Amino acid sequence: MVNRNALGKTGDTFDVDIERGKIREFARATFSTNPSYLVDPSPVCEPTFLTTMIFWQDERSDPWREVEMNLERGLHAEQEFVFFGPPPRAGTRLHARSTISEVFEKEGRRGGTMMFAVMVTDFLDDHGVVVAQSKMTGVETARAPQEQS
Amino acid sequence: MSALSPPPDLVIGPISMTDIVRYQGASGDMNAIHHDEAFAHQSGFPSPLSLGMMQAGMLATWATDWLGAERVRRFRVRFVEQVWPGDTLSCSGVVAREYLEGDEERIDVELVCRRQTGGVAVLGWATFVAEKNEVSS
Repeated sequence: MVNRNALGKTGDTFDVDIERGKIREFARATFSTNPSYLVDPSPVCEPTFLTTMIFWQDERSDPWREVEMNLERGLHAEQEFVFFGPPPRAGTRLHARSTISEVFEKEGRRGGTMMFAVMVTDFLDDHGVVVAQSKMTGVETARAPQEQS
Repeated sequence: MSALSPPPDLVIGPISMTDIVRYQGASGDMNAIHHDEAFAHQSGFPSPLSLGMMQAGMLATWATDWLGAERVRRFRVRFVEQVWPGDTLSCSGVVAREYLEGDEERIDVELVCRRQTGGVAVLGWATFVAEKNEVSS
């Protein structure tokens, strides 16, 4: 069950390195042949690449675990990335910080309450300027996914 | 009338377990439900299922081939139907709006990733900075 007290929880800042090899690997894994990712010596990252950075969070930097979403009924509902300029380039070190920005409920179409939670992750450069932002929306359905049709 | 016409659909598939495993390795999302048959069954699924973010990445591939990897400023997806090994996916999209934001010309596009059934797997919305010579005025 989603814990409403997670709202406003912020994790510790964690450093992320935007690496060329990881950008190229990710481009191949997303069926890209674009030289902007694969050939450029200093490529920008693919628009969804920053999603990989949350897998480097630890207990202290990841506030999502405070949401306590039920693993069997939890689903990734939406994902958004905003870039305040070109996406980050290989060779950049950014400083990321995640916050639980929303927790809310909606009635499902087939009855039952769906609980939503949103985690915003800001990616800052060395000057403290936010250069990118990721917004992950998770939903906990009233029933397990396999019971839906 | 927009001077921008979308390129042909990006058709990918049938999706293999290898495709899914490669995405998992590249992304770091090692959730067993996407590659472990027994674990997927225990969780009530008929087989491992694909990752929504892999389909989101396919939409990003199609959109940035069209409008430029360095010019994307917003990329948002909503996950609709689940995708399974063996599915063939088509990524496409249209220009929704061309406008000025400050002194920057921008393009909003709407994206869709469909399964071979016609069902929508992922919907997307993206914003790109225009190359001036591509925008009708």
